[in-house]
Amino acid sequence: MANNHLTSESKQLATWYFTFAAILFGAQLLFGLVAAIQYVMPGFLYGILDFSIARILHINALVVWMVFAMFGAVYWLLPDETGIETIGIKIGKLLFWIFAAAIVVVVLVYLFIQVGPADETTIWFITEGREYIEAPRWADWGIVVVALGFVANLFLTGIKGRQTGIVTVLMADMIAFAGLYLAGMFFTDNISIDQYWWWWVIHLWVEATWEVYVGAIAAYGLITMIGAHRKVVEMWLWIEVAMLFGSGILGLGHHYFWIGTPEYWWEIGALFSALEPLPLVAMFIHVLYDWGKTQGAEMANEHTDEDNVKSVINNKPAFTWFVLNAFGNFLGAGIWGFFHTLPQVNLYTHGTQFTSAHGHLAFFGAYATILIGMMYIAVQGTNGIKVMKHTKASIWAVSMITGGVVGMTVALTIAGYVQVLVSRAQMGATWAAYFDGQSGLWFTQAMDWRLVMGVVTFTGFIFLAKDLLTTGKNPVHER
Amino acid sequence: MANKSVWSDNRFWRRSATWVTGFASVLLIWLTFDTSAQIAMGNDQDLKDGVVKRVPGPTVINYKISYEMSSKRGHEVPVIGGNDGEGNSLFQEKEKFFGRDDWSEEEAGKLLHLGKLASQAKNCMDCHTLLGNGAYYAPDLTKAWLDPAWGPDGAMQALTGKETKEEAMAEFLQHPDQFATHARMMPDLGITKEEAIGLVAFLKHMSSIDTNGFPRNFGRMQGAVNGK
Repeated sequence: MANNHLTSESKQLATWYFTFAAILFGAQLLFGLVAAIQYVMPGFLYGILDFSIARILHINALVVWMVFAMFGAVYWLLPDETGIETIGIKIGKLLFWIFAAAIVVVVLVYLFIQVGPADETTIWFITEGREYIEAPRWADWGIVVVALGFVANLFLTGIKGRQTGIVTVLMADMIAFAGLYLAGMFFTDNISIDQYWWWWVIHLWVEATWEVYVGAIAAYGLITMIGAHRKVVEMWLWIEVAMLFGSGILGLGHHYFWIGTPEYWWEIGALFSALEPLPLVAMFIHVLYDWGKTQGAEMANEHTDEDNVKSVINNKPAFTWFVLNAFGNFLGAGIWGFFHTLPQVNLYTHGTQFTSAHGHLAFFGAYATILIGMMYIAVQGTNGIKVMKHTKASIWAVSMITGGVVGMTVALTIAGYVQVLVSRAQMGATWAAYFDGQSGLWFTQAMDWRLVMGVVTFTGFIFLAKDLLTTGKNPVHER
Repeated sequence: MANKSVWSDNRFWRRSATWVTGFASVLLIWLTFDTSAQIAMGNDQDLKDGVVKRVPGPTVINYKISYEMSSKRGHEVPVIGGNDGEGNSLFQEKEKFFGRDDWSEEEAGKLLHLGKLASQAKNCMDCHTLLGNGAYYAPDLTKAWLDPAWGPDGAMQALTGKETKEEAMAEFLQHPDQFATHARMMPDLGITKEEAIGLVAFLKHMSSIDTNGFPRNFGRMQGAVNGK
């Protein structure tokens, strides 16, 4: 990407983060396709790249591209919010290369070494074998160092520069985000204790700190793209923080129904996790409503020359992704999460494709959308574009990625129903029951459709990459 | 936003957010202390004294384990060493594990340690679920030790040519690609004999963890093929 319109080093670093994130996003989809093919054709790459490895790469690439894009988005907005250049940017750049190099090494080890003997060297150098955070222990420490460097950049800049509500929320949130990773960095023989702390990382990331992060980014986006009043936006951001942390922290209990932990988590988990969907759409809708009533109407009038009403949105593709975020978050994390969050339901749905359906729509709706939106904002800034418009490629990208993920979610939900009814309720959850459910016609059809929809998603990604890479040369945008 | 109502005051909401977050965090930390004590692993003396632990000590592998309805709790619970008829463990009936029912605390602890390490070193959780968590490409392992497929009436002992459940499991784990049970076969993960024994101990121990009745009706539906 040409950087000639960027004067801020922080923003330049952000584009590095976004670029690497986009590459990992592509890798995530490719390994997801491998795993999806294996559901349909179990012999595919058997003994070479088994399902377990494809899936590790699929979900680790997911987590890491999002973390990269999240760091990138913070480096992007810091100069705008604080009014100064990010402090310690040289170290930030060095840490980027360390982080990226470490990821490459971890991926190569996953791909070519895959498993190790049952001793501590495997845990330190090959895999920790714990879903989502399989990265070996040496990489854990690397991640801690990189995250601390990032948090230091953020804090030093936030303290010296203008400390807006958005920056304050990000500072508090990112330190919790980095600190929580430590909960997943020890070995124990007791699997109940293992999973208790493992959820501290997974849940308190994706259902608490990441959600608050998204709130802050959405606030920045609303101010940047449509010029919403900071006071209104930040008021809603604080309300959102209260609601997200108020429900999300104790909502952790919904992972503690069946792992050996006491029964009181049934009530705590059910109550608080049922409240989790409430905040997910509130800020966006209310800000748009307030904005539309006052500023929006005024600005629309200003922009009207004799014949045509011009849009007041200065980045159409980014705004589209932000809107998708508001609804995707509510649907994927909120509704699909609530479906199976009550213990009475979860007793049967826990550990089925139901969870996988929720996972796909939630990670996409809550995180992928807004981070892609931030990539568009970065591309706009990098190329010095005043008003960024939709292109054919951007429309195809939005439609195919969204359609593909929704299609996969529906397919996996149906597969989940079959599994719940046949394998769990009817057959009693044994090995035989499991395979009885898996070989049912509705299950296999659902897996076929999931693969088709996966291909649609990947095709959409190619359009997205093309659109982002060719923006600089596209004459359609107003400069 | 012309009025000065407290409801549109950023400072009020910032303070609310801080208090709510602080309160939720403190409550979580307090509950963590309580839960940690409740899920701490028991020991051999607990088993001998008949003390019920949510996560029993490693020497539970010396006992017969079953999964039965508790009349008090209204769902199935692990029953260790015999059932008093109400779903409570008697901690009496032993069961040989690889020919012995006198594994010492140290020996059993070593087996469990090796098995837990192996479960991570081989990425079990990226195909299977453990306590219901993991991937959905292969069966849940929470109560795998109690699966009728491995029992005297199941197919796996004959298929592996072994005469006990634990030997059949260990044999399968060492050469999963030689026993085609389904088109979706487990790959050879280079599991050694020692690691396999450790893994079976890990599985037997996991089946003794009190999971609040998950999974429901495990193994009760034998013969209920195609809903009949």
